Amino acid sequence: MATFGNLSDRLAETFRNLRTKGKLSPADVDTTVREIRRALLDADVALDVVKEFTGRVRERALGGEVNRALNPAQQVVQIVNEELITILGGEARQIQFAKKPPTVIMLAGLQGAGKTTLAGKLAKWLAKQQHTPLLVAADLQRPNAVQQLEVVARQAGVAVYAPQPGNGVGNPVRVAKDSIKWAIDKQYDVVIVDTAGRLGVDADMMKQAADIRKAVDPDEVLFVIDAMIGQDAVATAKAFQAGVDFTGVVLTKLDGDARGGAALSVASVTGRPIIFASTGESLDDFEPFHPDRMASRILDLGDILTLIEQAQGAFDEEEAAKVAEKFRTDSFTLDDFLGQMQQLRGAGSLKKMIGMLPGAGAMKEQLNNFDEREIVRTEAIIQSMTKAERTNPKLLNGSRRVRIARGSGMTVTDVNQLVQRFEQASKMMKTVAKGGVPQIPGMGPMPGAAFGGGRGRQQPPKKKGSKSGNPAKRATENAAILSGEKVPGAGGGTPAPAGTGFGLGGGRGEAPAGGPSEKELESLQKFLRR
Amino acid sequence: MFAKRTIDDETWDDLETALITGDFGIDVTDQIVGDLRAKVARYNTTDPKDLQRMLRETLEERFSTLDSTLKLTERPAIVLVVGVNGVGKTTTIGKFAKFLANYNRTVVVGAADTFRAAAVEQVATWAERAGAHIVRPQQEGQDPASVAFQTVDYAKRNNIEIAIIDTAGRLQTKGGLMDELTKIRRVIEKQAPVAEVLLVLDATTGQNGLLQAEAFIEHAGVTGLVLTKLDGSAKAGFVLAVQERTGIPIKLIGQGEGINDLTGFTPHVFVQNLIG
Ligand SMILES: Nc1nc2c(ncn2[C@@H]2O[C@H](COP(=O)(O)OP(=O)(O)OP(=O)(O)O)[C@@H](O)[C@H]2O)c(=O)[nH]1
Ligand SMILES: [Mg+2]
Repeated sequence: MATFGNLSDRLAETFRNLRTKGKLSPADVDTTVREIRRALLDADVALDVVKEFTGRVRERALGGEVNRALNPAQQVVQIVNEELITILGGEARQIQFAKKPPTVIMLAGLQGAGKTTLAGKLAKWLAKQQHTPLLVAADLQRPNAVQQLEVVARQAGVAVYAPQPGNGVGNPVRVAKDSIKWAIDKQYDVVIVDTAGRLGVDADMMKQAADIRKAVDPDEVLFVIDAMIGQDAVATAKAFQAGVDFTGVVLTKLDGDARGGAALSVASVTGRPIIFASTGESLDDFEPFHPDRMASRILDLGDILTLIEQAQGAFDEEEAAKVAEKFRTDSFTLDDFLGQMQQLRGAGSLKKMIGMLPGAGAMKEQLNNFDEREIVRTEAIIQSMTKAERTNPKLLNGSRRVRIARGSGMTVTDVNQLVQRFEQASKMMKTVAKGGVPQIPGMGPMPGAAFGGGRGRQQPPKKKGSKSGNPAKRATENAAILSGEKVPGAGGGTPAPAGTGFGLGGGRGEAPAGGPSEKELESLQKFLRR
Repeated sequence: MFAKRTIDDETWDDLETALITGDFGIDVTDQIVGDLRAKVARYNTTDPKDLQRMLRETLEERFSTLDSTLKLTERPAIVLVVGVNGVGKTTTIGKFAKFLANYNRTVVVGAADTFRAAAVEQVATWAERAGAHIVRPQQEGQDPASVAFQTVDYAKRNNIEIAIIDTAGRLQTKGGLMDELTKIRRVIEKQAPVAEVLLVLDATTGQNGLLQAEAFIEHAGVTGLVLTKLDGSAKAGFVLAVQERTGIPIKLIGQGEGINDLTGFTPHVFVQNLIG
């Protein structure tokens, strides 16, 4: 890699001048985005994709997202990484199996992409999962491709259907078609059809691929593409999408040192997920695709992401220590409370922070059901308070509460609830800060209905928080979790039924004074058991 | 891009786009655009046709600095064919054997890819199509260096003029496999000098092509490049950087899967295909 000087090095240079933390200036963004553009092009990401991508990064970077833990350039990199992972597909998709076997998987791609080897790997992998795959030799063009598949099948310990000798003899559409009958007859539950390599510009061959597809009606068509491919990835991927239309992508030869920008190009241009990565010549060198690894590979962001992780980690620890101290000394104010809520909006760092407090593990689950709209409501109410009121909630008498309600467009009940929940929360946090284990409903007595369990808690929570060790990935996933809980029509002050968060119940007008109901406890218990 | 009336910002943008999407790489692209901007200013022209001509001249000139002739004067002339997986080594050997046969040269092909499934059968098929002799490994998984040795030996004993040796595809990052190439070469050289070591590069490759070239030059002493799959939509602009950085010339061009789809490298034609 010595020839290029990688992005990490070049960005490190850029960073040197950008030590101040806080909001990004347009100039900062420009410098960094320019470096990223170069790096993406060096990584063979298609130019159109680079343009669109850097445009979006620039927009987000200038959009005023502020992460106080990071310097401006680091913030851009974090945005870049998140965007990369988003395009590459947040989560690896699984193979879609047919409801009624056999599941048919067709492989297609350029010459030399690695289809035949991949067919063997896929078969071996499926056989390990108690499937009975059948390999079908429908590349009757390349010299001795049929034999190659036969050898590969033997190595994988799976069956092969090769009725035609190949080397130009036999009709691949016919072979593919007959293979399905054969599979049903002999009860193979997965059929993998290997096809000849073909160019996107070869109309006849593309038509043949389409005919094979029609003949076998596959559950998956996997487009196999070499990780070393350059700018042509886009033209080729588009040609295959138009010609045969594929359902997923397999990236091969990832054991080399190609950056694999094609992954980004293909995913972004076709919208098809990358499902597998092929990483060597042995039949076991095969794995589900990991978007986050690919993201840092494309930009060689390894070092920088570690730096960011450390910066973020140090920052969180510092904050956590500060907050813990405040709890201990009873000086946790509504301002702090709001600050925490706001942070939660950005990166789920409250979750992390709470995770760092002793004995708070159980609370994390509840926090994953945090409703973002809470923040908006809380913000409105707290911002209508005076400085003195925020530091000392005891000042909040009846007339002050009326004033605050009016100022924030909420009801007095809302204000009352907020104050009540703040007190419950800080009491609970104090216990936590002192090392106590929080009581969870359904697991014993609970001091105040602080966490979880609003009225809307009937539907089971969809996802748990990210377990990723990569902060950017985690942030993306957590953001997805948060946004996934948004309910349309939240505006206009309509009471929001679902999802309560940090002790701030969403169930307006029904103060849960005595703690959660039977039913709530039950559903929460269910939740905790999964 | 050159059909407009005057050169404007858009022309320069289009030029940059064309070079980048042609896989020239960002460094070479910046360099070419910079050069041409200077030239356009120097000659004080606003005509896109002039720009097109200058671009063609620049590229032809840069592609023409190296000698593309194949040196096959030794007897036997030994040609070792190397490259990463799936680039078209075996197919190129079939085409090249046929090409030499057309000139009444006798050829033996050595099946020294003893690793990949059915690789021996594949190259044997090509040898048969080309009317060439073949030396196969005597057992499965035989040491490729020994197959290469036997091929050269066969050529010598049977007075065959040219010996072409196929090798297994290998990624340039695999140290052990790259050392194996070095060994193959060394073993051959014990009997006779190697005439050409041809590195096969796939036209669809992007910037990784440079890294491939550097590693194969280091381990196998590459003397010429073969560019395959130019019948597709890829432009293979990366070879300019490869030629210039390594000083190794392109010697053959593959443009299809048929046995006759092989030509020499002509800068003029190549550039014509690149920029129209
Ligand atoms: N369209 C096109 N296809 C080619 C060309 N050269 C080779 N191929 C195809 O590319 C695929 C791989 O070719 P091979 O000759 O087997 O490549 P290789 O480098 O020997 O492969 P390994 O030995 O497996 O590393 C085959 O399907 C060939 O038919 C070419 O110039 N144009
Ligand atoms: Mg081969």
